[in-house]
Amino acid sequence: MILLIRGGKPGDVLIKDGKIAKVGRVSGRADRTVDARGLLVVPGLIDMHVHLREPGREDKETVASGTAAAAAGGFAGVAAMANSGIPCDSAVGVVYLLAMAREAGRANVFPVGAVSKGLKGEELAELGRMVDAGAVAFSDDGNPVMNSELMRRALEYSRMLGKPILSHCEDAHLTRGAVMNEGRVSAELGLRGWPNAAEAAMAARDVYLAALTGGHVHIQHVSAAETVDVVRRAKRLGIRVTAEATPHHLTLTDECLRGYESRYKMFPPLRSRADVEAVVEGVADGTIDAIATDHAPHTMEEKEQELAACPSGVVGLETALGVVLSIKGISLERKIDALSAAPARILGLKSRGRLEPGAEGDVTLIDPRAAWTVDPSKFLSRGRSTPFEGMKLVGRAVRVIVGGRECS
Amino acid sequence: MALDALLSRCRAWKHRHLLGMKDLSKEDILRVLSVAEACDSLRDEHPLKGRRLFNFFVEPSTRTKTSFALAARRLGGEVIDFSPSASSLTKGESLKDTARTIESMGVTFTVIRHGASGAPHFLSRLVESSVINAGDGANEHPTQALLDLLTMKMRLGRVTGLKVALVGDIAHSRVARSNLWALKKLGNDVTLVGPPTLVPRDLDAAITSDLDRALPRQDVVMMLRLQLERMQSGLFPSAAEYVRFFGLTRERVAALKKGAIIMHPGPMNRGLEISAEAADHPRSVVLHQVANGVLVRMAVLLLLSQVAR
Repeated sequence: MILLIRGGKPGDVLIKDGKIAKVGRVSGRADRTVDARGLLVVPGLIDMHVHLREPGREDKETVASGTAAAAAGGFAGVAAMANSGIPCDSAVGVVYLLAMAREAGRANVFPVGAVSKGLKGEELAELGRMVDAGAVAFSDDGNPVMNSELMRRALEYSRMLGKPILSHCEDAHLTRGAVMNEGRVSAELGLRGWPNAAEAAMAARDVYLAALTGGHVHIQHVSAAETVDVVRRAKRLGIRVTAEATPHHLTLTDECLRGYESRYKMFPPLRSRADVEAVVEGVADGTIDAIATDHAPHTMEEKEQELAACPSGVVGLETALGVVLSIKGISLERKIDALSAAPARILGLKSRGRLEPGAEGDVTLIDPRAAWTVDPSKFLSRGRSTPFEGMKLVGRAVRVIVGGRECS
Repeated sequence: MALDALLSRCRAWKHRHLLGMKDLSKEDILRVLSVAEACDSLRDEHPLKGRRLFNFFVEPSTRTKTSFALAARRLGGEVIDFSPSASSLTKGESLKDTARTIESMGVTFTVIRHGASGAPHFLSRLVESSVINAGDGANEHPTQALLDLLTMKMRLGRVTGLKVALVGDIAHSRVARSNLWALKKLGNDVTLVGPPTLVPRDLDAAITSDLDRALPRQDVVMMLRLQLERMQSGLFPSAAEYVRFFGLTRERVAALKKGAIIMHPGPMNRGLEISAEAADHPRSVVLHQVANGVLVRMAVLLLLSQVAR
């Protein structure tokens, strides 16, 4: 099977038997040709932070609905967090996830195994056997690893496996009962706040543990200016740290909460304008390597409750690209890198995230001028709660090719 | 005053819900106070005949719930009471379904008290009736602020240019927030007094931890209930230490300036934030506050009924 993507920017791409064969000016015969005139042709995008919920919470999302949503949003691959209804804390969970992904046949799924058994933060899970089964990284995401000793051992042990620990940085003692960012708006609204320090202090702990152990720590969903600072300084010291930020933390502030609407509730919470600017700067200068959505679908019944009662989390797969393309202050090259090459690098996906001969045939075609309005009723995800509802965006994915096969 | 004259004063009202003092203008607030004062002279008038008020109290309350019921009945309205223990909320029915179920029985006003900040705002997007916030989490308790203002107006003759100290647990207090927004809009000078663990730094007011220094300057000293039931441990070391720094003791009452009044939204913890001497002192207006509560709630019902569907 030979697929030719012709006429796009930066050039034609020829995919043969699932692998990229040639990039640039391609002539000759193909089984199928895709017209890419006026489109950007980029490495298949990878969202390194997604909650697929299956197995166990198929009412929120399934591997099939989540990977269909991913493909619709331009993602050729997603890293699935371990806190599904039944936690992915053993090789069985990894195998199950990969089987469901194969059956769905949409975006690739890269399983992330739990750091601790049952995500309880007590005992190390079988990291090695999960790698044997196909896990690409480890995380207790959803919960922080509060026990510093366990985090230390996880970083030490995973060094042997060459896989990163993805850290959800939150000092849970500082965030008990929190609903939103701590600051002027939370004081005015009478809502309990989640201070920046709860994230930054844990990020600081984690980078020093990475320094101590030589392990690779990846700071998830950076939301606070102080955290950007922690990562920037750690990188200068040569510590093995990488980081990601979400589209919502790159664009929205806690002012959104003034109407007490649950579609603005997620953890870490939306922060101040100064934090948004610091996170944008962090992505622009490469301190924050990747952009990832923290796609966290919930049912309508769960989200349609008073703010204190509703679960935190919003969907992101089908809005991320348009939102990111609309951000000012980050170059287009850096944006695409943060959505493709950077996550591939962090997760050790050596043959992905690049458009070069020999790489996997994962390609995303983007129309940078397409204007559209976010309408959650059209989402393929089962989750409908998004802070971007009704927003007008410019730029979206028109096609995703996974392993040489058109998936959307 | 005749009912017709009173109702004509209500016509300029624009708000369908009363969610917080944050949403009201200075003119709105003064209008409620003037209608409330006029309500005192209403006798055997029933402008709310045939209208129902749904007293939806998901958190316990004695005075506010009774006060709303009394206000509705004095205007000829009917009251439906909601008691959480006997209700289907405990069976897992959502806030949304409970409110809409009751509302389908024909309700003009839904008065809600709820432990979650923003619950009335959430409800107001789902129901047809006029939603009145009777206290939501640590956010607002607008009718409390209105009755406090009415009490200040009656006792001090004005609700502008006053020096007002709110003392105690500001962080968890919806009464403090509603009073703060309202007092600021009317041009008063507000000081928040309490330990830094109980006073958010980001509120737009003067903040101090020195009660003794602040007291002699105030026209109004409003003591807030120390909400032991909501407090997580570690916000202050002991009741005795709290009284030492922030209790309105007999000695501190003596330091008040001439003409100053002592307020408390109730229920009081006698011997904790307020001493028995202070609570029962001639300067204390605590019982006036309760009586004025019925008047401002009558005013709010009359005003909202102009816009209610």
